[in-house]
Formats: sequence, structure tokens, C-alpha cells
Amino acid sequence: MAYISEKPGIGVRLPSIAAGSATRPARKHKTARGDGTFSYGLPLLMLFFLLWEIAPRLGWLNPIFFPPLSDVCRSWFGLAESGVLAKHIGISLQRAAIGFGLATIVAVPLGFLMGRYSLFEKISDLLVQTLRNTSQFALLPVFILLLGIGEASKIAITFYSSVFFLLVNTISGVKAVDPLLLKAARSMGTSDVDLFRKVILPASIPSIVAGARLAVKSSIFAVIGAEMLAAKSGLGYLIQQSQLMMETGDMYAGILTMTLIGLIVNYLLVWFERWATSWKGQSDTSPH
Amino acid sequence: MDRIVVSGIRKTFQLKPGQYVTVDGEETDRVTVLDGVDLNIRKGEFITLVGPSGSGKSVLLDIIGGLTQASKGIVQLDGTTITRPDPKTGYVFQQYALFPWRTALSNIEYALEVRGVPKRERTDRARYFLALFGLSGFEDRYPNQLSGGMQQRVAIARALASNPEVLLMDEPFAALDAQTREILQSELLKIWEKINTTVIFVTHSIDEAIYLADRIVVMTARPGTVKEIIDIDLPRPRDGDIRSSTEFNAHRARVWKALRDEVNKAQKDWALSPAYAN
Repeated sequence: MAYISEKPGIGVRLPSIAAGSATRPARKHKTARGDGTFSYGLPLLMLFFLLWEIAPRLGWLNPIFFPPLSDVCRSWFGLAESGVLAKHIGISLQRAAIGFGLATIVAVPLGFLMGRYSLFEKISDLLVQTLRNTSQFALLPVFILLLGIGEASKIAITFYSSVFFLLVNTISGVKAVDPLLLKAARSMGTSDVDLFRKVILPASIPSIVAGARLAVKSSIFAVIGAEMLAAKSGLGYLIQQSQLMMETGDMYAGILTMTLIGLIVNYLLVWFERWATSWKGQSDTSPH
Repeated sequence: MDRIVVSGIRKTFQLKPGQYVTVDGEETDRVTVLDGVDLNIRKGEFITLVGPSGSGKSVLLDIIGGLTQASKGIVQLDGTTITRPDPKTGYVFQQYALFPWRTALSNIEYALEVRGVPKRERTDRARYFLALFGLSGFEDRYPNQLSGGMQQRVAIARALASNPEVLLMDEPFAALDAQTREILQSELLKIWEKINTTVIFVTHSIDEAIYLADRIVVMTARPGTVKEIIDIDLPRPRDGDIRSSTEFNAHRARVWKALRDEVNKAQKDWALSPAYAN
């Protein structure tokens, strides 16, 4: 006997930022990225790669600026074999991870306070909104002035570009906790600490994870940007440097690596999101 | 012996700044919902609470449960004044209020977890209560994989798992279909006869009120007070057929008579209750 209720999970409404994917009610159906769609999408992608291969060969594009895909692949394997690629990937990911980690440590507790205590939010909201709407790249020179050209300024920019996604989603997650669940918890004599740990936190996990997905993406983009502007290592540096040296094969290899990392990270996060919110039933989490 | 003593309970809601409602032709930002409720409830008694919408039944239940402070008056549980939720009290809500991220079993365990019961005992007791409600085999289901009736069974099991001396139920079956409701009513009676806890049960249904109760407390229209207390002397154990008996019908007429005027009075209040209901 399987009883599937028509109601979406009680009281867990999902919020703001990740609206597109997460706010729809949980429904039992095949997700958009099921087995079917990938094979549908493949031919067009192949066509794109094919065009990339032949356009420079036929002289439609200048192969110096736009080498054929096979040349790019050769450069990629060259970089991979020499260990240069792994080194740059490692450095970039490390910067993104530290920035994102710090952002989580700051944003989640802060989001709890802002979401739970309206006075706290009233006091801090305007400042948060002001900071949130300041471009992280506009602040790079400031970070460099304050923190120097080294690791600290890159970590600062990844922190800055992920912290607000996490903060805003934590706040809306905390606010969206069903008051009935809080009442039920209180009726059972739940202490304040347990109320956070056992009710508010799990209830806002879907929202926080949706925010984390955007935050991770944003921190990776930010680290690449920062490395292109001011760094001596990392994928962004590799891409920028190759362009300056007119090593266009290496440049495209760097760009493709970026894309690949983005795809992998995104799918990992979609998987994680699905796992963390499995109690909601099959939720519709498209990977975009 | 009186388990619960409600004396002179008054509750006035202060609306949010800038909000006004019209009460008896006057604009005001305060609504008095309960106006002097006195009630003595004996140990092991099954009390049902009926009254028109807005008569403050749920608010009274919240006050007894320690979830809302009364504006005036006190409620005592075994001689102790209630100021916050008492571990001896269990609460069941109309909308189940199960934690959607916890399985059926772990929802029941929650009630024991926050009371500091060791893990082993928690699981054993949660399993026992699931079985009591015929839900063995559904331990690992999440609430959204259970029907409404099953969710409410889990919620009642959760409330009973901590062996409460008082069980407060706020229209627990109102959201269920008629058949499920009747099944759950008799399940509840059977289990109650076994554990003999004191129950206060809010309902809109006169039939449900009669079928379950030792005594029915009829509330007046807002501001709520106790209008009448009706003894239901139908023999126990009761089965569903009792609803068509002559005695049952006599009770039905009597309860309806007590309620009718109050329901009519409450009609003019219909726009009011959303202002303070949460």
C-alpha cells in the first residue's frame, strides 16, 4: 500500500533566490534531466563541436585566434600531462572552497538571527542590502589595497560573492518555517536550543542548500575573475596569460576546463540538494 | 479529584499597531475572546468542547496547554499553575503538525527526544505506539507518503508516546473525510479506555462531541464563556451504532438547543476572527 498525499510537504515553503527551480511544489514525476533529455540535447552539442572543428580548418575563422577543437584538445592533454593544469585547478578550487566555507560559517548563523529576530533584521537589513548590491569585482581593488595581492584578497572576493546568496536564503528559509511546527515543538516542551537545532534548521535546509548552490557557482566565477585581474596562479590566470602569450590552444583548454568544472560542481550540488531534501518527495530540481 | 481547574480565564488580543476591527459597532484594536471561563475537569475524564466559531475554544486549549498566556485568571494542573507547556501534557493539532523531514517513527521519537529519554527506549516506545495505531510497517515513511488519516494517527501517537496525563486535541479529525473520521474516533476511544488519560477535545461536530465525551462543554459566542455543561451518560465501551440510538438523538437535540442561539449570535462576528487567529 502506498499512500501519496496530494498536499506538498507541510509548511515548507521555499523562498526567493532559487525561485525558478525550488519553489514549485514537490511532485512525483520524472525530472527534466531524466534519461530522455540528454540524448535529445546531444546532437546539437555535437554540431557545435563539429562547427568548432571545421570552421577554422575551412578558413571561416582565423585559426590563430580560434584553433580547431582537436588542437585545443591536444593543448589540454599537454597541460594535463605536464601537471600544470592540475596545479591551477587545485589553486582555483581551493580559493573558491575557502571563500565559500567562510561564507557559510558567517551567513548561516547570521541568517538565523536575522530570520528569527525581527529587530535584528530591521537593524541590519539596510546595510546588508547595500553591501549585497555592490559588485564584488568593483571591490577587488579595495580588497587588494586592504589585504595585499596574495591569497587573502582572492579569498575575500569569493567570500563576498557567495555570502549573500547564503544569507538571503537562510533568512527566507528561517522565516518560512511553518508556525504550526514551531507551536507543536513548543507544546512538547522543546527548549530554545533544540528549537533551532531540531526544527528551524532542518526546516530551512532546502532553502539554505538552494542558496549554497548559487553561492558555490558564484564563488567559482568570482575566483576566475579575480585570477584574471590579479594573480600569478589559478585557472583564471592560465586563461588570461595564454591569451597574452597568444597560446590560444591553452587559452581555450583553460576555458573548457572551467566549463567542465562548472558542470560537474553543478550536478554534484543538484545531487546533494536532492539528497538533503529527499523527505519532500521527488522535488523538481533542474540543474540550471 | 480534579485534574485541571480553570478559573476566571479571560483573554484579550491586542491587534498589531494600525489594525482595527469593528466589534459590536465600535472600532477597536482589542478583541476579547474569552470572558471568564470556569471549568473543573476530573482525572481521566473525556471532555469535548463545542461552540460557535470565534468562541475561543482553541484559545482556551492553548492556555491550558501553556502555549498562550491568559490575560486574567489561572489554569491549574494537579494544583500547579500553568505558565508554559507542561511535560505532562500532549497536544494534537488539526493539521497534524508532523515534521516533514522526519519519518513516522522519528516523529514520534521527537516527543521523547526533547524530554531526554534514552535512544533505545525512545525507539521501543515509538514502535509500540505506531503498532497501537496499526501503523507497523510504516516506520520509515515520511509524512508526505502517508494519507491524512495515517498522519493524524502518527500525530496522536506522538502526543501519547510521552504518557501524558492530559491530552489536548484541537479539532483533530476536522480535516479528514467522514469515514476516516469515524474510524479514528473509535480508535481513539479504544486507546483512551486503555490508558485513561484526561482528554480535552475541541470539535465543531455535535455527533463527534456526543460520541466521545463524558461531558460536553458548550461555549457561548464571543466573548466565550461556559454556557452549559452536558453530561453524556451513554454506556462505554461505545460502538458506532450508538449514534442511531434514541438516547443519542436526545443528546443531539439538547446540545443543538444549547448551541443554536450562540451560533446565530456568532454569525455577525464572522469577519472578526481572522484578525486574531494565527
